[in-house]
Amino acid sequence: MGKQSVSGSKRVWLHRAQRAAGGVEGVVRTAASPLRSYGFPYRSPTVPRGVEVPADAPSLGADYDTDWARSPVARATRGVIIEGPIRLAARLITDPEILGYDRLTDLTALDDPPPVIFAPNHHSHLDTGLMLRAVPPEWRHDLVIAAAADYFFDKRWKAAVSALALNAIPIDRDVTGRRAADLIRSLMAEGHSLVIYPEGGRSPDGWGQSFKGGAAYLSARTGAPVIPVFIDGTGSIFGKGMKRPKPGRSRVVFGHPMWLDDGENTRRFNTRIEAAVSALGDETLTDAWSARQRAARGESPPLGGPTYNGWRRQWELSEHRKRGVAGLRRRQKRRWPDLGGR
Amino acid sequence: MPRPGFVLDVDRSTPPTLFWRGERFSLERLPADRSRIIYPPEPLAPLENLDGAIRHALLNPHDSDPLPALLFPGMRLTIAFDDVSLSLPKMRRPDSRQRMIEAVLDLAAEAGVDDVHIIAALGLHRRMHEYELRHVLGDRVYDAFHPRGMLYQHDAEDPDNLAVVGTTPHGEVLEINKRAAESDLVVYLNVNQSAMDGGWKSITTGLASYRCLSHHHNPETLQNTRSLVDRHKSDLHKSVWRMGEVLKADGPKIFQIETTLNTDTFPTPFDFLSKREWEWNAKDRATYLATAKALDRTPTRMARKIFHGIEAPYRTTSVQAGDTDAVHEITLQHVFDQQVVEVEGQTDILTMGIPFISPYNPESIMNPILVMCMGLGYLFNMYRNKPLVREGGVVIMTHPTYRDFHPVHHPSYIDFFDEVLADTNDPAVMSSKWEQRYAEDEWYRHLYRTGNAYHGVHPFYAWYWGAHGQQHAGKVIIVGGDPATVRRLGFTPASTMDDAFELATDTVGRSPSITHLHVPAMLVADVK
Repeated sequence: MGKQSVSGSKRVWLHRAQRAAGGVEGVVRTAASPLRSYGFPYRSPTVPRGVEVPADAPSLGADYDTDWARSPVARATRGVIIEGPIRLAARLITDPEILGYDRLTDLTALDDPPPVIFAPNHHSHLDTGLMLRAVPPEWRHDLVIAAAADYFFDKRWKAAVSALALNAIPIDRDVTGRRAADLIRSLMAEGHSLVIYPEGGRSPDGWGQSFKGGAAYLSARTGAPVIPVFIDGTGSIFGKGMKRPKPGRSRVVFGHPMWLDDGENTRRFNTRIEAAVSALGDETLTDAWSARQRAARGESPPLGGPTYNGWRRQWELSEHRKRGVAGLRRRQKRRWPDLGGR
Repeated sequence: MPRPGFVLDVDRSTPPTLFWRGERFSLERLPADRSRIIYPPEPLAPLENLDGAIRHALLNPHDSDPLPALLFPGMRLTIAFDDVSLSLPKMRRPDSRQRMIEAVLDLAAEAGVDDVHIIAALGLHRRMHEYELRHVLGDRVYDAFHPRGMLYQHDAEDPDNLAVVGTTPHGEVLEINKRAAESDLVVYLNVNQSAMDGGWKSITTGLASYRCLSHHHNPETLQNTRSLVDRHKSDLHKSVWRMGEVLKADGPKIFQIETTLNTDTFPTPFDFLSKREWEWNAKDRATYLATAKALDRTPTRMARKIFHGIEAPYRTTSVQAGDTDAVHEITLQHVFDQQVVEVEGQTDILTMGIPFISPYNPESIMNPILVMCMGLGYLFNMYRNKPLVREGGVVIMTHPTYRDFHPVHHPSYIDFFDEVLADTNDPAVMSSKWEQRYAEDEWYRHLYRTGNAYHGVHPFYAWYWGAHGQQHAGKVIIVGGDPATVRRLGFTPASTMDDAFELATDTVGRSPSITHLHVPAMLVADVK
């Protein structure tokens, strides 16, 4: 008896919903019917037979135009976003410890600090937010982020959000395009500084990747110093392949500004930049003096980790992370064992 | 273009002048037509690329091989650095010592040097707190060396870690830190805020034992030191340089690095303190009024905390490295380029505001003995050729001179004030009658070696520091000081500046000339 009355009530509601949906459909049809009578130019034109319409010029990926994101309104909006949600999110999710500002003193003490190129290692999407939090205020609001064209600029909404919130510009990961280089050079001439991840993308397995020559090349073309940066901890907070972030601790270490030496080619400069980031990583996991000694002997542990593959590489990674700031998150409080009794 | 130092003749249109009064300050009007005010030069332009300049100095030293040529695997390298008594106030991080040490360590690492010790050259000063070491050396150096016992502070009372290097022809025994004495190379890092610092004085005081220091830190030497910033007319420096000769002949190889600072002393909002009063804008005047009124209502303890929290925006104007003698001569030239002000003739009355800090009370209390030391020791001695005040003239200082001591930093100062000054304020008498007892007191020795106390003998040295000024001046008046405390020091208390001028008439007559030393920032008066 009771069951029958419940299923009857469900049927009544279903019937009512169907009637309501039908009513809405009727209203929409009635409202839209006059539009159908309007043709071009209120509707898109029809294409005459035998005529080929040229394809639209590509406007996504590396071709996305980000000029609008540097208009005064966009800059003001970005200032609010960086100092508000991004800063707060970086604080809450990554709890960063920022070191090495003292190495930038000669530049920050200048009345008008010159544009610089920040070259951090890259483990996570959080790295950019973290850099926006960590970069000294002298450069923070004129920062341009070199972002992968195929990832951040493949859809219009993603491109717009990246350009507005991060002042990102699209960089083709596979080819160093003249257009991107010219754009960066003109932006740096206007006083913008650049964050570029020389690894070209996030680490696929938690270890670093070898550096591509972008930062060294851009430094050689613009004369701007490269500031090596080591980011520790974000890989275990929101590394590649993780579905959601696991809040933890991170550390950002700035190194000494580096310039291209006389007679040095960009390949060797790139090697020096990679060595500097490796040495910063070593310093973060051990201490400054040991790291310097190893760096002088050319024995800094490479960012790319051990040369062997397979489970041993992953095993080594967990040990490596324990030594870093990620290990601090997992450190348990010591407790006396319960031995029973009173 | 920074403006040089300046002597202002006071007239009726001259605004009142800033006088420091410890953790407070006031504006005082000096008598027109017979007063003058000496303003320090404006800060010189700093080195823009300090790291580059340091590296250049290490690779292109004066009268020495480049530092990399002196480094080799298996050697014993000792790096010594000036303690917390420099700079005053403490400079903003990164301290120039950190940048010098990191540059030296870079080269040492490249040369494969493993045995490196870093020693704070304290002399008989108090041991530095961890946060002070971190401030001076930076966290990277501290975290790398301190946990391994490779960064520590000199102990002038540790018989197992002192070594006699030799004796001068005058019989002065040079006894210094054993690790430094037995090193293949000692690199000494100086912050030369004053012409008094640096040269051979660095090692022969900073790394010396009490026995060694007593040869030049005594009343006789300091009474014949005229002045502390003129090393060729200073018996203290002559003794130190004799020890330097012994060190050169029989000691370790020394590689000296010296740096000079500009006079950019106060950060915003205290920058008006370095300005000339008639150039104070509305913001400066408002800040002065707000600060002065607020400080008048602030407990001294809190005011002290505020002022000792100041980090000076000092910037480095020069770096030179190499042989100690050659380096120091260049350093002196840079110091004088920044600090010298030419002054015509001496004065009957010298006035000076005593600030909240002296070399012996960073993060601490300016006790009455340090007021004397700062006034008659340091500020009085900021001259070349002749003292600013004529012999028998009057020195007027402004300071609250409270009877307040830091029990951790200055334990022996308390007893010195109660016991020694109650007996005598004659440096020679206190030296012969009391000094040894304080120097060898086991409790003071224990506090110096294990706590953060100045050595037991240190109040004597602070007093001797003012011996030349004490001997030279006919009368010393302290305005605004606690009368009983001021009298204990052997000085005359006065309530106001006008009272002080009135009291001075007994010594210098009815219409004396007056000169005010507008410090800090630092200056050296070149008196013609």
